[in-house]
Amino acid sequence: MSDLWNAIVKFFTSLRLTVVLLALGIVLVFVATIAQVRVGVWGVHQHFFHTFFARWEMGGVLVPVFPGGYFIGGLLLLNLIFSHIYRLKFAWKKLGIQLAHAGVILLLVGELFAGLLQEDFHMSLNEGETRSYAESFRDHELAIVDTTSPDHDEVVAIPEALLARARGGEIATAGKLPFHVVVKEYLPNAGLGMRDASAATPAPATAGLGQTIVAVPQSVKSEGNSPAALVELIGAGGPLGTWLVSAQISPDSPAPILRAAQSFDHDGRRWRIELRLRRDYQPFAVTLLKVTHDIYPGTTIPKNFSSRVRVRANDGREDREALIYMNNPLRYRGLTFYQFQMDAANHNSVLQVVRNPGWTLPYVSCALVALGLVIQFGLSLSRFVGRRQTAVSAQP
Amino acid sequence: MKKLLPLSILLLGVVYLALVLFPPAPKSDFNLDGFSRLPVLLNGRLKPMDTVARTTLLMLQGRQRVTNPDGRALEPTEWLLDTLYRPKLSDTYQVFEITHPDVLALFGFVAEDGAGKKRFAFNQLQPRLDELDKQARLIAQAEEQARQDGREPPDRNAFQRAVMELRSHVILYDRLSASLVHPASADFLGDLQKFQTGLDAGRAALRAREAGQPHDEAAAKATLDAAERFGFMAENGYLRAIPPAAGDPDSDNWRNAGTALIEGSGAGADGFADRTYAVQLYAALGRAWATQTPAVFNEGVQRYRPTLAGRFGDRLAKTDAETRFNAALPFYHGMVLYVGAFLLAVCSWLVWPDALGRAAYRLVGLAWALTTGGILMRMWLEGRPPVTNLYSSALFIGWGAVALCLVLEKFFRNGVGSVAGGLVGFATLIIAHYLSLGGDTLEMMQAVLDSNFWLATHVVAVTTGYAATFLAGFLALIYVFRGVFTRTLDQATGDALAKMVYGIVCFATIFSFVGTVLGGIWADQSWGRFWGWDPKENGALIIVLWNALILHARWGGLVKRRGLMALALFGNIVTAWSWFGVNMLGVGLHSYGFMDSALFWLIAFVVSQLALIALATAPGVKWRSTAA
Repeated sequence: MSDLWNAIVKFFTSLRLTVVLLALGIVLVFVATIAQVRVGVWGVHQHFFHTFFARWEMGGVLVPVFPGGYFIGGLLLLNLIFSHIYRLKFAWKKLGIQLAHAGVILLLVGELFAGLLQEDFHMSLNEGETRSYAESFRDHELAIVDTTSPDHDEVVAIPEALLARARGGEIATAGKLPFHVVVKEYLPNAGLGMRDASAATPAPATAGLGQTIVAVPQSVKSEGNSPAALVELIGAGGPLGTWLVSAQISPDSPAPILRAAQSFDHDGRRWRIELRLRRDYQPFAVTLLKVTHDIYPGTTIPKNFSSRVRVRANDGREDREALIYMNNPLRYRGLTFYQFQMDAANHNSVLQVVRNPGWTLPYVSCALVALGLVIQFGLSLSRFVGRRQTAVSAQP
Repeated sequence: MKKLLPLSILLLGVVYLALVLFPPAPKSDFNLDGFSRLPVLLNGRLKPMDTVARTTLLMLQGRQRVTNPDGRALEPTEWLLDTLYRPKLSDTYQVFEITHPDVLALFGFVAEDGAGKKRFAFNQLQPRLDELDKQARLIAQAEEQARQDGREPPDRNAFQRAVMELRSHVILYDRLSASLVHPASADFLGDLQKFQTGLDAGRAALRAREAGQPHDEAAAKATLDAAERFGFMAENGYLRAIPPAAGDPDSDNWRNAGTALIEGSGAGADGFADRTYAVQLYAALGRAWATQTPAVFNEGVQRYRPTLAGRFGDRLAKTDAETRFNAALPFYHGMVLYVGAFLLAVCSWLVWPDALGRAAYRLVGLAWALTTGGILMRMWLEGRPPVTNLYSSALFIGWGAVALCLVLEKFFRNGVGSVAGGLVGFATLIIAHYLSLGGDTLEMMQAVLDSNFWLATHVVAVTTGYAATFLAGFLALIYVFRGVFTRTLDQATGDALAKMVYGIVCFATIFSFVGTVLGGIWADQSWGRFWGWDPKENGALIIVLWNALILHARWGGLVKRRGLMALALFGNIVTAWSWFGVNMLGVGLHSYGFMDSALFWLIAFVVSQLALIALATAPGVKWRSTAA
């Protein structure tokens, strides 16, 4: 046992392993950079870095061909930790090396955390508009909204992942809704088309837009999917109907017919059902006051994009204005708001909203590594200079 | 004699610089210097006419030198004046560079038709310009079609790129000649005066005509014709040479002459004179230049400048300094000094190591001080940290690497630092020269890059990392060359080189790591993600990983001295890839310069480095220096 453990320690503390992993890392990063031209940055994330084995598309199939980012990063992390414990016994002389490697460990761990915990949303606002939620870039949710009250909505949101899992069955809603929700069909990516009115089979949907419109399955892409689902609601007195919901049925749709909300009445209350980008509600509201987009005179080079916003907390404790522009995000209650896109002609601005609890780690690790390397190399340099001067002065 | 050598070489260098950095004003009866310092707004920046002349010539023909058909060399400003005011003459100057054989064939040229076998005059091009337009249209149509079909437009081949480039040059030249006077007008100042005299009558006639009342048709027509000519100039004029109106709060609102004329026309005859003062003055300069009457020209220049001094005084200080800076050509003369230093240092390995070595060291120091001055000057002109684009990165990489060389030479005193310094200094300035052919090198920063703090920290640190990695590679190159081909690499020099390479790799590791992580932090600040696997970020990361690999391989005893040299040589490839290769991919946020002619040189460089690595490591190679 202890022989085996010694062999493991020997393996994981070896500099040879470090060199091999660094070389593998270089090859991975290089190939991923080249591949980015073809598969885009999101594809590179998926196929090269956030995976144990890098996959290359061959004849439409992704084949694992090389150790991936998790594999190399993970082994490097083990290599570092083992070396810290077993090889780099603490000594003042080695303080620099220790600090630098601690910094690299922190950097790797921080990246892992960021990969697991970071959430990205966006918030699209027209001038004068106020929102208290941000929307996901990719994930959707089924929202069943009680709109009876004139001053607020009550929302029950069901994540897309649950729809996919419950396909053909019922979703547990823990009694939050006065009816059962059955997912009769779920399509991860679908286009919409007019239903052939002369078709013999009845429309799968019995209420709402689905009586005239059908969803057509499309191949699933790595980004920009538009899901659709057939959802049946069953009350105490029997089925209320089956609705076709789709991410393309939204107030922002270019087709007028798709802009109408799908509403119904049940038990004296007014309801709406929709499939939309997942929303992250905040305990505060953001109002876009003004967008500015300047260019340098006589050029098309953008000089400045900025959004002046007002942030108001629901508890009334905070109410202030902030200017968000390139290189100057707003950090507020654990979220960071960045200037993301802008359509100044239409007075519209899109903010990227990021929640990343580990955002400070890179700062700390950068400082640690820099300090460590400066100490380490500074010591060697001063020793070298000292010897050199002795040698020069010793010359006749 | 030997004792005085280092000092006399240094003095020689200083005298050389004193002579070339302060060239006498060009001999001419015209106040060319005064005109060349007049400000215009172009590409978002107020710059002197001199810069416009030089950068335009560089873009058109890859050099600033231009001769008229009689073979007399013209000052860049003289060429600009002829293009602005005597287009018929300037059409005979051979300033359009064409090298692609198929484009030559398109015009029915053989290389011998052109000056230097590649430069042609506008007059030579003119008969076949329609054909050029047709080719450009075909390319644009194919690309538009692809876009409509939802496809990526196909990559342009070398012929298509050459066609599009030449066409853009012809358009630029045309637009330049519509900047200050109407290109078809024989006497634009006279036209303006006539227009002004008839303006009130013309406006009245136009109003009457609109109301369907009797009117002076000739007056109406004259005013409309003039307005049409102004409209042409407003649309095509390239230079924004007319300062913002006196009451305009936006001091960047410089306009071209056509726009100012249209605005002025709305104010009636009295207002017109007032509001188009600068246009009329430039038209007067044009008449004086066209008729070659220096006294009138010089008086015009003299009179115009004070009208700007009040509002734009501090900016005139910069445009004046820039004109001086352009004429001094510090980076060109730095190149000359680096070559001299390199040769001296190489000679020091053969004879008089001490005297020649010190002479070379001082010459490198002088050249480095000169480039330092040049870089500081650019920073002041731009109000930015040293590295803002590819061109300035080349300057800075050279500067940083040579600084390290000076430190190495101070410690080791074996000529290696001077040789490497001369070599790297020269090479980076040559690269910078070719990068400057794209146009003005003092560019405005995109909004996303507009952050002096990050430009000063992340960009400077990463660029220093590039510089150090390159230097380690060049030191290894010296080691392999001397070891394989000469007997001069003795034990002491070999030890010293190994120490140098190791030290420089350590230095490179610090800076490339810190620079790369700072880049991540910048990205976190501006885009909300610490690391995005953008190609340029990846390039920097690869440099960090490579330097770390060299250090760990050495610490682990996996490589000996020759292996270390081979790894450092490969560092050259890694850095060249990161510096230029990723830009050629044309994706990502950092793809600010797509350059394809550089691709050939990049490949050639990579092959040469691979050959050296093979030389350093192949078992069969006989090293003439046995100690290595």
